[in-house]
Amino acid sequence: MADDASRPFAGLADVSISEDIAVEGDISVPVGTSRRDDELSTLDEPVKDTVLRDLRAVGNKFVHVLYPKRSSALLRDWDLWGPLLLCVTLALLLQGGAGDSQDQGGPQFAEVFVIVWVGSFVITLNSKLLGGTISFFQSLCVLGYCIMPLTVALVVCRLVLFLANNSISFAVRLLVVGASFGWSTFASTAFLVDSQPPNRKALVVYPVFLFYFVIGWIILTFSP
Amino acid sequence: MENMDDTSGSSFEDMGEIHQRLKDEEENPEPDQEPDQEPDQEFLGMKGLKGQLGRQVADEVWEAGKRQASKAFNLYANIDILRPYFDVEPAQVRTRLLESLIPVRMISFPQKVAGELYGPLMLVFTLVAILLQGMKTSNTEIIGGTLMGTAIGTCFGYWLCVSGLVYFLAYLVNAQITMLQTLSLLGYGLFGHCIVLFVTYNIHFHFLFFFLWVLVGGLSTLRMVLVLVSRTVGQTPRLVLCGTVSALHLLFLLYLHFSYHRIVQGLMETLEHGNHMEPMQPVPERIAVPEGIADQILG
Repeated sequence: MADDASRPFAGLADVSISEDIAVEGDISVPVGTSRRDDELSTLDEPVKDTVLRDLRAVGNKFVHVLYPKRSSALLRDWDLWGPLLLCVTLALLLQGGAGDSQDQGGPQFAEVFVIVWVGSFVITLNSKLLGGTISFFQSLCVLGYCIMPLTVALVVCRLVLFLANNSISFAVRLLVVGASFGWSTFASTAFLVDSQPPNRKALVVYPVFLFYFVIGWIILTFSP
Repeated sequence: MENMDDTSGSSFEDMGEIHQRLKDEEENPEPDQEPDQEPDQEFLGMKGLKGQLGRQVADEVWEAGKRQASKAFNLYANIDILRPYFDVEPAQVRTRLLESLIPVRMISFPQKVAGELYGPLMLVFTLVAILLQGMKTSNTEIIGGTLMGTAIGTCFGYWLCVSGLVYFLAYLVNAQITMLQTLSLLGYGLFGHCIVLFVTYNIHFHFLFFFLWVLVGGLSTLRMVLVLVSRTVGQTPRLVLCGTVSALHLLFLLYLHFSYHRIVQGLMETLEHGNHMEPMQPVPERIAVPEGIADQILG
C-alpha cells in the first residue's frame, strides 16, 4: 500500500515502448507524506489563514518602518499591499477639501494615486540609472511603506482641524507634518542607500526628499 | 562599467544571452537547416519518445521564456541608453549648479557644456515642488486640471519645448550644440528660477522680485547666452539664438511669478488698505451668472 501510495505511476510499468528509447528509471513523485500534506495545506488552507499570514507580513514591515534600522526585511520579501493600503487611506482622507463642490481645494483621489505611484516610479528609475542594485518592485515597496508616517500625520492633522482651525493648530500641524516628513525620508534612506554606490547616496536621497516634501505639503495645506 | 552590474532579476537576461549566443553559433554555419529541422522534430515527436518530446517541450518553454526575456531586456536596454547621462558625482552637480550663475569669460572657443540629465531633471522637479508650494500658498484654483498636473506640465513643457526650439534654431544657424547639451544648458538655467521663486513665493515684495529677476535671472541668462555665443559664428545667428533664449528664459520667470502671485497680492492689498477693497476673485467667470437664470434658480 505504501508502495503504491508513493509510486503513483507504477501501474504504467507494463506499457510497451520501442527499444531504442533511452528512458530509464521510475517516475516517482519525490516527496514524503508530510511534505505532501504541507503542499496540500497551502492550497486548501482556510482563507483566514492566508489573509492573516499576509497581514502579519504587512504589519511586520510597518514595524520596520516605525523603527528604521538597516535591515533587509523590506527588501527581501517585498509586497505592494502595504503601499496600496497607505495610498488608498491617504487619498480617502484627503477628500472633502475646502470650497465649492467642483473646487480643487483638496486633491482628487486620482491625483494622490498618480503622485505616489509615478513619483515612486521616477525615484526608482533614477536610482537604477545611478547604478543601484535594487530591483524595481523592491524600491516601490520601500517607498510605499515609508509613506506610513505621513499617513499617520494626516490622521493627526484631521483630528487637530476637527478641534480647531487657527494659527496654533497650524503650528501643531506644521510640527507634526515636518516630523513625519523627516521620519519618512530617514526611514526610506535607511533601506535604500545600501544598494547604491557609496559616493552617490546624496543623489538618490534628494528625489526621495522632494517626493515626501510634496506629499507633506499636500497634507499640510489640506483644509476641510 | 560598474554601472552595468545590475544583478537584480537578471537571471533570464543571462539565459537569454546564452541562448542567443548558442543560436547565433548554430545559425551562422548552417543557415539552411533550420526550416528542415522542425518538420523532422514534429514527425519524430509524434512517432515516439526518442527524447525529442522532452526536448521539444523544453524548447517551447524556452521560446516563451525567451520572448518574455527579450521584451524585458528591451526595457532594460532602454534604461541603459540613458545611463551614461546619469553618470555624475554629487560634487560635480554642486559645481555645475553654482557655475550656472557665473557667466563664462572666454567666448573665442566653444565652452564646455556638461552633457548630463540628472541635474536638469532634478531642477525641473524642484521647480515643480516650488510651484506647487506657491500655488497652494496663493490658493490658486485651476478648473479642469489639477495643481500637480499644471505644475508638471508647465515645467516639463518649458524645459523640453524650449530646448527643442533652441536646438532647432541652433541647427538652422549652424551652431555647435547637440540636443543633449541644450537640454542640459536650459535645465541648469532653471536653477536661477528655483532660487528666485523660492524666495519670492515666501517674501512678497514686488521690488524684491524685480531685483532678483534682473540679478539672478540675468546672470543665468548671461551664462547661457555666452555659452551659445562661443559656439556660434556670425552676428545675426548669434543675435537670433541668444535673443530667443534670453527672451524665453526671462519671460518664463516673469510668467511663473505673476500667474500664481496675483491672488496673494490681492489679499495683501486688502490687508493694507482695510476692508473697503474687495479681494480679487480667483476665477471671476464662475460667479458671473446671468440675472435671469439666477432669478429662476432662486425662484
